[in-house]
Parts: sequence; structure tokens; C-alpha cells
Amino acid sequence: MQRRPGISRTIFIIALVVVAAVSGVTGYLVNGFLHPPAAGETLNGAGATFPYPFLSAVANNYSRIHPNIQVNYQAIGSGAGIKALGAKTVDFAASDAPLSAAQIAALPAAALHIPETIGAVVVAYNLSGILTGLNLNSTTIARIFQGNITMWNDPRIQALNPSLTLPAQQILVVHRSDGSGTTFVFSGYLNTAATGVWVLGQATSIAWPVGIGAFGNQGVAGPLLGTHYTIGYVELAYALTNSAMTYGFVRNHDNTTFVKPSLANVTYAAQNATAAPVTLPEGNQSWASVNLLNAKGLESYPIVSFTYLLVYRELSIVPGMTLDKAKALVDFLWFVVHNGQAQASPLAYVPLPAGTVAIDERSVESITFNGQTLPT
Amino acid sequence: MGETRRMGQLRRPTSDDIFVIQSGIFASAIIVVLVLTGYVLVSGSVPVWSKFGRGFLTGTTWSPVKEVFGALPYILGTIVTSLIAIAIGVPLSIGVAIFLSEMAPHAIRAAGSGVLGGLIRTMLRILSSGIELLAAVPSVIYGLWGLFVFRFWVLDYVETPLSKYLGSVPVFSGTPFGLDILTAGLILAIMIIPTVSAISREVMTAVPLAQREAAYSIGATRWEVIRISVLGYARSGIFGAAILGLGRAVGETMAVTMVIGNAIGAQAIPSSLFRPGQTMSSLIANEFNEADPTSLHPAALIGVGLVLFMFAITINVLAQLLVWRVLKIKSGSVE
Repeated sequence: MQRRPGISRTIFIIALVVVAAVSGVTGYLVNGFLHPPAAGETLNGAGATFPYPFLSAVANNYSRIHPNIQVNYQAIGSGAGIKALGAKTVDFAASDAPLSAAQIAALPAAALHIPETIGAVVVAYNLSGILTGLNLNSTTIARIFQGNITMWNDPRIQALNPSLTLPAQQILVVHRSDGSGTTFVFSGYLNTAATGVWVLGQATSIAWPVGIGAFGNQGVAGPLLGTHYTIGYVELAYALTNSAMTYGFVRNHDNTTFVKPSLANVTYAAQNATAAPVTLPEGNQSWASVNLLNAKGLESYPIVSFTYLLVYRELSIVPGMTLDKAKALVDFLWFVVHNGQAQASPLAYVPLPAGTVAIDERSVESITFNGQTLPT
Repeated sequence: MGETRRMGQLRRPTSDDIFVIQSGIFASAIIVVLVLTGYVLVSGSVPVWSKFGRGFLTGTTWSPVKEVFGALPYILGTIVTSLIAIAIGVPLSIGVAIFLSEMAPHAIRAAGSGVLGGLIRTMLRILSSGIELLAAVPSVIYGLWGLFVFRFWVLDYVETPLSKYLGSVPVFSGTPFGLDILTAGLILAIMIIPTVSAISREVMTAVPLAQREAAYSIGATRWEVIRISVLGYARSGIFGAAILGLGRAVGETMAVTMVIGNAIGAQAIPSSLFRPGQTMSSLIANEFNEADPTSLHPAALIGVGLVLFMFAITINVLAQLLVWRVLKIKSGSVE
């Protein structure tokens, strides 16, 4: 083939320029179309999947009121969120579990815990002929999920449900296979309330001795709805929004009744768990020992937990943080703690008790940028 | 390109040279990515190797609470599910490849010119490309289909009868639920069919016509021709295709995670086909998101990733060597 380097190079360069120009213009147009230019701020957050529906709804409403501020929350898991906060790649993180002493030590600066909403975990099952309302207590749940109770007509389940005829069928346990805050709360309840029976500890991933592992709440809900004689645990929202799902009532702390998991009973539990004589820590203190599990009171549903936003107290540590962005972040956090709470109930999350909101207010007010407090 | 360069003579770099250099940089970027991946996996898992040593590969406990990690059940789970996939998927794929390379072209030619002939031709062509389209289905779709549809078929028509009549045999013991090692293996078998059959078909098409003609000339039947001259000649290429399929099966994540039942620790040792298990990739997919960055948990998962990486690289290198051997025959060089 005859080679004419001069011409081919010219063509090559022209082609490059054309491609660059076309892609640049297209990119500009598309970008301009999707994100109308605004002298705005983008707040980046990452972490727990559990509060994602709540956070995204709140963030959406916030951006509607403040069109120049976009909140971008990525539900990549609590652990990954904490890691991203430590690496300073996000402006805030979200975690279902409070930071442990080791996690606090691993962060480059002091972070604030800001409880944002409250969730609960429900024990759901599929027993033909038995509707919602099977009575359970902590030790029975622990024994079922540890494989110590294997039959549905086990005398220990029957004793809690004298009026029911339980089938002589094997129990099939379905648990979360992915590390999750739901597992953390559920195992935390058994660790607290079934002391001496539950031996698997509290963690986002548990070394389950029995059962099928399924990915996500939806993954657990699938086998639960589709197969008889299964038992599993899901977030409250899944049980409340899925009319086909049947779930158990759990014995209260006072040992007086079996409590139905409902928004009202979770709210009641959260109020009792945070009322005097309990004093919650301030946002800048450790929350590692805080839990809402097994609260006192007749109608307190026992498997309840805070979920937290985590943010640095001094924001200048985050690269790219400006005074305007810091103001926007503080304003958004204030919005979550106040206006955001009204959006919790419709999404089957529980609003924060007034005392917790007051703590959050002080925490948000204590945030600084280069030592300067920010208006809320 | 076509120019002979004289010794010592310098010349201006032409556009071709620039192009060669550019492509060279792009190509070597792949090697760089591979090396970096290896480096990240090794450096990320150092704490686990230094704490457990070889015990990480032979241990069966997996407890993030107690920070004890052993990867044996997941290594075994990966091997067993992949072998099921190969055992079922490869014979099917070879059948598909034989049909597409040996039967379909004849049928297309023999179909005649009428409306019916045209219809047959079109259908055969659709069939031929349909197999490859299977490879374009995202694995999470296989997973969803597996979770909501396929597992009930496996449970009702495969596992329940097997359990009823052969339940005393250890590999069929336990109560089947449909989310287990067998279902995962079967889903993987379906997923590797496009890869294995497409490569097998290429390899079979590469068999010189003279081979077939020689066999026909001594009176061989069509099956004898396929068996002796096609399969015999393409043997190592088909083997390479099978190993590439194995490579896909070993690394497959989402579809497996959705149907394997995700057992953990000693429970995940694949002692029966009807037990929930766990593969290396499903374990990582399950636990990495929420692993506490201040514990050993992420390092243990990265360690599992390193083992998986080694598995996949070994398998693919092996496969590539075998496939190259066959393609070299095609290009005319002596074996």
C-alpha cells in the first residue's frame, strides 16, 4: 500500500479535533440539559442502606426547597460509609451502628453522631393457617435462629401460644447473607435480651449455624412469602408495606405482654428507651453503648434502633469544603432533624423523640468551619 | 510496514509509528491493571496471612464477631459448583457446537429455495446467533430468574424425586429447598453454554475440510466423521473452551449469590448437593459492604479475593494456551 504520512496525519488530527469538539459540545449540552447551571453546592454522603429510602426522600424535598443544593447519598453500606468518611471522600456518612472505640480512633478527626431516624426489625414467618400474631420471646427466637429449636411444634413455642395448633414441621430459618444493619440490630436484641442463650454475638455478619442466607430485605422476603414453614427477620417497613407477610409479636421487656410491631409501639419504645433516668450522650461523645433495645413499658416493641448520620465537627478537614458548602451541609442536617422527621412515618420509619432532636440541634450547632460556627 | 529499514538510518516517526506507540501504551495498560490488582489484593490481605498463615486456606470457621476466618468452605463451594456447571454445561455446549458447525450449514444448503426453505434457513440463522445472545444476558437477570422461577423447577422436578429415591446417598441427603449447591451449579451450567459453545464452534469450523473429506472417502458415517476427524482434531480447543467456561463459572457472583443459599462457616462445606453453600465470589459480594474497616474482616475478604484471582488467572492462562494450540493449526503451521 502506498503511504502518504503527511495526509494521513492531517486527517488523523482533523478527525481527533472533530471528535473532541463533537463530544465536548454534546457533553456540554447533555450536562446543561440534565443539570441546569446554578451557583450551587453538591453534598455527598454515603453509608447504610437501611435509612436510604428515608434519606433520599428527605434529600429530594430539601433540594426542592433549595434548588441550588443537591444532596447525593449513596447506599453503599455502613462499613463502606464509615471508611469513606475516614478517607474524607464524602461530606457525611450514615451508619446503623454507632462508631466503636476503634472506629473513632481510626478517623482523622472528631466526628459527631447525629441520630436521624429510628427503625425496627420484625420476625416474619410463613405458617399455613397461622396469621400475624404468633407469640415469641427473646430466648425462643434465639434458639430458633441458632438451630436449638428445629420443629414448629416444639413445646417451647407451643407454651407461648397455647391456643394455636402448630404444625409438626421443620423450621426453615432464612437470614440475611449480606452484612447489614438489620442483622446488627436483630443480633443485638438477642445478645441483650437472651443473655446466656444467644452465643453468636452482635455484628453485621453473623456465623449462622443453620438456615438459608438471602441477599437484602427483598431476598429474605422472597423465600418467606414463597415457602411454608420459614422464619426470618426483616425491617419493619417491609412487614408493614407487604400485606401478605405474617409476623410475630414479641414479649416485652417487662414480661407482661406480647407486643405487635407497629409504628406506634416502636415510637413508644423509643420514647421509653431515651426517657429519664437514661441520659443520651451529646453528639461529640461516644454512642457505642447507646441502644433502644428491649425498652421498658407495656407496649414497647423490643427490637428497635437509631440510625445515625456521621459528620466531622470541624468541616475544613474535608478536601474541597468551602464556607458556602459547610453552610449548606449544616442547613441540610438541620432540615433532616426537623422537617425531615415528618416524612419518616409515611415511609414506615419512626420520628425521633423530642429529647433526641434537642441533642441533635446542639450537635448541628456545634459544627464549625475553620473554627467559625455556622448559622443553622 | 513493508519498508526495510537500513542499519543506522534514522527516519522521522510516521503516523504509523505514532499509532504503534499509542496502541502499545493502551495494550500495556491492561498488564498494568492486572499487576496493580494483584498488588492491591496482596497488600490488602497481609494482616490475614500473617495472623492465620496457611490456616486461612484450611480453616472452616468464619466469624466476624470473634475475628476468626477460614476460607476452605468457600474454596470448596467454588470448586463444586463450577464442576457441576462444567459436567452439565460442556456436553450440552459441544452438542450445540456440533449442530451449528456440522449440521446447520448442510441444512441451510439443503433447505432449497422455496418459502419453506427460506423459513428453515432464517430459523437456523436465528438459532445460531441466539446462542450467543445468551451470553449478553446480565448475570443478575439469571439470578432473578433463578430465584423466582428456576429454583422451583429444580426443587419440584429434580431435587424432590432425587431426595425421595436416593436420599440415603450422602450427596443427596438433607431436605431440599431449591436454594442450594445444585441450583447454583445448574444456573452456572446455563450461563457457560454460550461461551463454551461459541468457542467450540469456532474451533470445529477451523478443522480443515481435508480431514472430513478423508473420513468420508473411506466410508465413514456422519457421526464417525464428527467423532474422528472433527472432535479428535479439535480436542484441545474444545478442552480450552471448557476451561474458559470454568473460568466464567468460578468468577460468577450475582446469579450464584441469589440462588446458592449463602451458608456460612462449617455449614457451607458442600457435603450434599441439597445444602446451602457459598462460593468465594458470593461471600465477598455478601459481606464486603458492611465489613467493619477497623477489624480483620475486610482483609479476610480481600484474602478470599486473592485466592479467587489466582484461581481465575490460572484457569484462563491454561485455556488460552490450549485454544492457541488449535488456532495455530488453522493458520497452517505444523503442530
